[in-house]
Amino acid sequence: MLEVANVSKRFGGLLAVDGASLKVAEGSIAGLIGPNGAGKTTLFSMIAGAVPPTAGEISFAGQRIDGLKSHEVCHRGIGRTFQITQPFAGLSVRENIAVGAHLHHRRRADALAAAAEVAKLVGMAGLLDRPAASLTVAGRKRLELARALATRPRLLLLDEVMAGLNPTEIGEIIGVIRGIRDSGVTVLLTEHVMQAVMSLCEHIHVLNQGRVIAAGAPSLLVTDPKVVEAYLGRAAAGRIEAGSRHAS
Amino acid sequence: MNPDRIKLIAVPVVLAALAAAPLALGTGYWLGLATTTLMFACLAQAWNLLGGYGGQFSYGHALFFGTGAYVTAVLQVRLGLDPWTGLIAGTIAGGAIGAFCGALSFRYGLKGSYFALVTLAFAEVFRILATSVPFTGGGAGILIPLKVSPANFQFADKAGFYYAMLILFAVSLIVTLAVERSRFGAYLVAVRENEAAAAALGIDIFRVKLGAITLSGALAALSGVFYAQFFLYLDPHIAYGSGVSVEALLAPIIGGIGTLFGPLIGAIVMRALGEVANVWTDGAPGLNLALFGLLLIIVLRFLPDGIVGLIGRLGRRHA
Repeated sequence: MLEVANVSKRFGGLLAVDGASLKVAEGSIAGLIGPNGAGKTTLFSMIAGAVPPTAGEISFAGQRIDGLKSHEVCHRGIGRTFQITQPFAGLSVRENIAVGAHLHHRRRADALAAAAEVAKLVGMAGLLDRPAASLTVAGRKRLELARALATRPRLLLLDEVMAGLNPTEIGEIIGVIRGIRDSGVTVLLTEHVMQAVMSLCEHIHVLNQGRVIAAGAPSLLVTDPKVVEAYLGRAAAGRIEAGSRHAS
Repeated sequence: MNPDRIKLIAVPVVLAALAAAPLALGTGYWLGLATTTLMFACLAQAWNLLGGYGGQFSYGHALFFGTGAYVTAVLQVRLGLDPWTGLIAGTIAGGAIGAFCGALSFRYGLKGSYFALVTLAFAEVFRILATSVPFTGGGAGILIPLKVSPANFQFADKAGFYYAMLILFAVSLIVTLAVERSRFGAYLVAVRENEAAAAALGIDIFRVKLGAITLSGALAALSGVFYAQFFLYLDPHIAYGSGVSVEALLAPIIGGIGTLFGPLIGAIVMRALGEVANVWTDGAPGLNLALFGLLLIIVLRFLPDGIVGLIGRLGRRHA
């Protein structure tokens, strides 16, 4: 459904993403992980059209989308959330979500009604008339999710929606994300909460220093020395490998 | 009752109250004051659409006001057209200048104080142009001949002008209400609140801002056209001077920025205060401006959401 081919992004002297390639299958939950500064958010921003790639191609549902602007990418059916939440602070939760719903509803009454429906999906039905500025971190993350969902995307990009949440809240949002996938939306997410990534994702890409260094099912990646090295350093990777040789 | 429905009822009530105002004000000086108050309320309403709802602070709304005024005056004096044609032409010209100025500024992503400076520069350029080209009458100004007749947008009594202005103000108020209740309005507010998030939700930011400045320019031109017909005289400083731009933004900020009735309330408060200042100081020139400055400081310090915001907070406390 989504195909990223040899995409690079250069910011002056910094090559933030270096020839990264990945594929996301329709109807799956895919993960993009990697240490801080690996280029995950930059890659996300390029898929979403917020920054243009320096090189490479991005296609969605068989059509090139690299070079399109954010709003055009959204019209094609890709929704996104922001790692640093970006609520419309002066508006209520209902109005926030309605802005997304307006993509498919011209009339204000229809958009507001659709917003209430979406709010139920993410467990915000009781917060509809609260000002967005008064929400907790967990509430803001849900609002990001709700607003993106209201645009009825076919692919949803989730940029660290669990960062800053406590374990109960993480458990809740995992359920919400599964529900979204079951309703037919493909999901690509970046996350630092490994436990969540492992339980949610069917396929994971590991990004390090702008390159995709490994890809596969979660259970295979945890033993991949390249992945361990990227997260814990070479020495740890060596020790783990030596340990596993001892054992065998 | 939800706020949407309250506004739907409040708009006709307020307009009816304004229509009845001449009964209380008589037909003399006070009615004239009410007429200019509505004229500035209309200009403020135009500013509020772009600045209040869209978050794009213009410091040059004289550009649109002056364009409306000059277009109608020049068409009458040089081409012999009637002022009702001038009203339509002036409004279209205001919208067109808005679109032109907006396309240039927003295409290059100008925001905040940079956008404000560009609008100020545009207004100044037009002031200088109006001074130097021959058909505007240059620095000496342009005089519209007195020919009293409703067909000529000139009325024998003050009430005629008052009701004409009330209709123009009603247009600006109803347009604002329609925008508030539309998808365009929701998008405009979203752009004000957060551009990155708005773009991610499928909003073409450039188009939304361009639509807002076009509409704002056209509405501001309405008040300019009325000015020309009411005073029958224009010069570049009156039409394009920065004083007009300041009035356009003070009223919505004092009344309540980004609210439906803020511009009207702000305009009434400012005009009333200006009148009080006149009486106290025996008409010392410029003192009303000092008073407006003081009022602005007080509002910004204690009432950042203006008088409408204050009323809302008091209402909630008692509820």
